[in-house]
Amino acid sequence: MKVLVTVKRVIDPYVKVRVKPDGSGVETANVKMTMNPFCEIAMEQAVRMKEAGVVTEIVAVSIGAQQCQETLRTAMAMGADRGILVETDVEVQPLAVAKVMKAIAAKESPRLVIMGKQAIDDDSNQSGQMLAALLGWPQAAFISKLEVSGDSAEVTREIDGGLEKLTIRLPAVVTTDLRLNEPRYVTLPNIMKAKKKPLEVVKPDALGVDVTPRLTTLKMQEPAKRGAGVKVADVKELVAKLRNEAKVI
Amino acid sequence: MAVLVIAEHDGKQLKTGTASAVTAAAKMGGDVTVLVAGHQCADAAQAAAKLAGVKKALHCDAPHYQGFLAENLAALIVPLAANFTHLVAPATGFGKNLMPRVAALLDVQQISDISAVDAPDTFVRPIYAGNVLATVRSSDRIKVVTVRGTAFDAAGAGGAAPVEALAPGPDTGLSKFNGQELTKSARPELAAARIIVSGGRGMGSAESFKILEALADKLGAAVGASRAAVDSGFVPNDYQVGQTGKIVAPELYIAVGISGAIQHLAGMKDSKVIIAINKDAEAPIFAVANYWLVEDLFKAVPELTSEL
Repeated sequence: MKVLVTVKRVIDPYVKVRVKPDGSGVETANVKMTMNPFCEIAMEQAVRMKEAGVVTEIVAVSIGAQQCQETLRTAMAMGADRGILVETDVEVQPLAVAKVMKAIAAKESPRLVIMGKQAIDDDSNQSGQMLAALLGWPQAAFISKLEVSGDSAEVTREIDGGLEKLTIRLPAVVTTDLRLNEPRYVTLPNIMKAKKKPLEVVKPDALGVDVTPRLTTLKMQEPAKRGAGVKVADVKELVAKLRNEAKVI
Repeated sequence: MAVLVIAEHDGKQLKTGTASAVTAAAKMGGDVTVLVAGHQCADAAQAAAKLAGVKKALHCDAPHYQGFLAENLAALIVPLAANFTHLVAPATGFGKNLMPRVAALLDVQQISDISAVDAPDTFVRPIYAGNVLATVRSSDRIKVVTVRGTAFDAAGAGGAAPVEALAPGPDTGLSKFNGQELTKSARPELAAARIIVSGGRGMGSAESFKILEALADKLGAAVGASRAAVDSGFVPNDYQVGQTGKIVAPELYIAVGISGAIQHLAGMKDSKVIIAINKDAEAPIFAVANYWLVEDLFKAVPELTSEL
């Protein structure tokens, strides 16, 4: 079966993000960018399923500026067979992502779409659920286990109190949680091979999708800093501070 | 204006995020209705009707709402939405799973995990793991919003709203609920605890978490963990505090053997008082701690337990 995997280009999670002085956004000039960690897990899942003989073709999709081609090349170095870039300079919000992916799913007819549970930049946690809704497919969000058998899949989801098991009908959309797998590193020979894999570039207009944002960001600011703390010498002093100063115990 | 809050509950009681969502809903303006959908959830519907500020509780009971499958719940909520200007749910695993499906079916861009309501169409939400606060305005007809529970006080008791039965929506048959494996714990739930004791990679093993549990029991606290401790298999993953785990804001957060990665700080830096115990004097956790102690946790934690 064919799977679609979405990959988002985001600021590296280990970078300290800075808000622009005018509050219009965050500084992205000369900041290290990378594939969103949850998307790496989604890619890894697809590649493992291909290695297990369950998946025949992996198509990686990214939506955004021209530089997202790098993210798609990384996906191809991990094992995607080809890439599709939906190129736009507009800020693409989750509803628009879901609409773009619906249009691509209509062309590609995948049995499964694997997405990360959230992007570490906007922290929305929406696109996968929205895509499932628009396609009328079942969803399994925050999965830590996935087994496909015939026309359905057995999934384990991470929920607040523990784990939950579902059977979902295929085709379906799943979103990956951290514990689904540990993504592989890309190797140099695979990076070289990935350069030769096909990468198609389309515009949202050509897909018939309006990606105009519905949310306007009025401002961005850094949260209030916490006051400087106090180093205590020993446990006795700590307990005294908690009792008499902070009054929390 | 009218707001529909989708209650998270276990059939008997409301989950803690629900009462906070009601407080946030009241700030958006208009009458607040709470929907309690599930299987055998009459008690939870009664509890919702008693929340202060609630005008009406809708009780919808059907076997196909067992497991709170997003497909079936969304099919119930979407036709109701025409009567409301806002749909609100807690930003928990439940709300995060369900609400985007509802929003997409309504052709609405959801606003996730809000920490403040500036106006009926303007909300503040943390992004980049809580390192940035974005103020966003929605141009959508219906606002679909999930609420960060720790940012709003829980609505108290004292309401006496009527409970109205609601006919169930269709069973979509797209997915099937096969049960849950819940982590058993006698301690308070992480999201609701007044005090949390959290351990990180520095704990070294699952066995040594026992010293944290002893401290937690002494304080009536919940036990949490960093991602490193979860990935190392010391504790189950629903203990995880952080951007990808639970967001907490207790009165007292005790971080033991946790370095303080951005990912973890995003989940706990709104706690009122933070204590850090770490033997590394350079640990980034000290930058957010009110009090910190540079000491071996295997010495400091038992000592702390006996001092209390």
